[in-house]
Amino acid sequence: MNIPQLSVFLENKPGHLQNVLRVLAEHAVNIKFFTIAEVKDFGILRMIVDKPQEAHAALKAAHFACSLANVIAVSMDDTPGTLLRLVEAFARRNLNIEYMYAFTDRHGAHSITIFRFEDPEAATRALEEEGYRILKWMAPGELQT
Amino acid sequence: MYSPDQETMHPSRRRELQLERLRWSVRHAYENNAFYRQKFQAAGCGPDQLRSLDDLRRIPFLTKEEMRAQAPYGLFAVPLKEVVRLHASSGTTGNSTVAGYTRNDIDLWATLMARTIASAGGGAEDVLQVAYGYGLFTGGLGAHYGGEKIGATVIPASGGNTERQLALIRDFGTTMLACTPSYAINMADYAARNLPGFDFRKTRLRAGIFGAEPWTEGMRQEIETRMGIDAFDIYGLSEVIGPGVACECSAKRGLHVFEDLFLVETIDPGTGEVLPEGSQGELVYTSLTKECCPVIRYRSRDISRLYRDSCTCGRTLLKMDKVYGRSDDMLVIRGVNVFPSQVEAVIMQVEGVEPHYEIVVDRHGALDDVEVRVEVAEAIFSDELKVMTALSEHLAARMRAVLGISAKITLVEPEAIARSTGKAKRVIDRRTL
Repeated sequence: MNIPQLSVFLENKPGHLQNVLRVLAEHAVNIKFFTIAEVKDFGILRMIVDKPQEAHAALKAAHFACSLANVIAVSMDDTPGTLLRLVEAFARRNLNIEYMYAFTDRHGAHSITIFRFEDPEAATRALEEEGYRILKWMAPGELQT
Repeated sequence: MYSPDQETMHPSRRRELQLERLRWSVRHAYENNAFYRQKFQAAGCGPDQLRSLDDLRRIPFLTKEEMRAQAPYGLFAVPLKEVVRLHASSGTTGNSTVAGYTRNDIDLWATLMARTIASAGGGAEDVLQVAYGYGLFTGGLGAHYGGEKIGATVIPASGGNTERQLALIRDFGTTMLACTPSYAINMADYAARNLPGFDFRKTRLRAGIFGAEPWTEGMRQEIETRMGIDAFDIYGLSEVIGPGVACECSAKRGLHVFEDLFLVETIDPGTGEVLPEGSQGELVYTSLTKECCPVIRYRSRDISRLYRDSCTCGRTLLKMDKVYGRSDDMLVIRGVNVFPSQVEAVIMQVEGVEPHYEIVVDRHGALDDVEVRVEVAEAIFSDELKVMTALSEHLAARMRAVLGISAKITLVEPEAIARSTGKAKRVIDRRTL
């Protein structure tokens, strides 16, 4: 169930994002999902890419501080209130979300929400109990039910 | 031990030797150097007044400014035809100081360096790779001559070309490495990043003699862990002779000062008052046997502490703490004195942080702002923002608690801080005072 997410440390300065993207482009890595969390001086770039191991190795070789971590992706109907119900299910079980980000998929009928949990196993159990569709990692970078 | 008789001499016998040599050294400076003679006469003192070691206090200090003003030959006490070597300090803060050596001086210096190599467990069986710069800087040739003196196999690698340094370690079977501690870290980084098959533990390298810049216990542990070696601190000053004035032994607790050849005093850097042993202060050096450039009461600006203990190695020599820093490098931040080495000690207490940092001091309005830039090594990177912000907050809190300064901690990308193959530049002071 676990989806490999690539995270990269970035200083909040002009040109730095470009350096990361150039390395990925040079290794023909395609980015599927992408988000940046930032504080004043730095940010953490989080990505789901088609070739996570290769991208990780390339960034390490280019001296970026980066890591691969497992996240959980859930597919839901793209309608009002669905995210609320999901978050309520976690709250009832006292499960803490480290961070999350969401996208609407290409066809528009579903949204994909990506979660990083303190306790991914418990979160997976909760999602299964509630009947959510947990997406599987299908190389190259496609998330499928 | 390279000179066991001198290194384990009974302290009272050594004091007699020191007094005898001090009389010679002061007389030599007085009789053979015009600058010293005028200086001593102006202060109303001379070689005849030295009845005890304490009488040294009658003699005025020699400052770095005076040394610079006398460069190149104004402090020589022998004719140039007896001088076989010249070295000069890097002169980063003005003109450089120049040191000359007679053949005996070179031999004295080689003996000192042979003692330090022996003190770090080295000897004739060792292959010593000297990765200090060769040239006017005293590090390279100092270690080189010491290595040859003790009979080691010396590789004069000089500084830089890190890939080649690592190849030499691997292919030539280097057992001891001499370089700056920051360059040792630089080598370990280079190997980890660029040479996946390189494992220091599969080489014959077992010890390193690191000096020419202040460093901390944390950095020692990092070097020892990453290279799988014993790391020893060596100390010296080009103005006094070069590296080899003091060195750690197998106990790695304080550096033994070769006080049969150099007298060391501690003074209050503000008032010049001589402080008792055990006090922190500026170290003042007097050479006892040097011929070309006798150094009489040279104010080193190095801050440390002198003390005596019964060392497990058997040496009876005076000890000094690792140098905390140079008084020139001491930052006065909102009235608080801070050495870069103290900042380093705080940083290195955090697991996984590497000693790649720099301190930027700036002034906004009437207030000094300190920024400590710390590289995010892979070991401390987390994809969770809260972990990263907690790290910088923790570092800031430690700076406040340990050093009493409010520093802004900026986490920067790996390799954002310039690497050095010699002395690392740790401080960027943008204050225009």
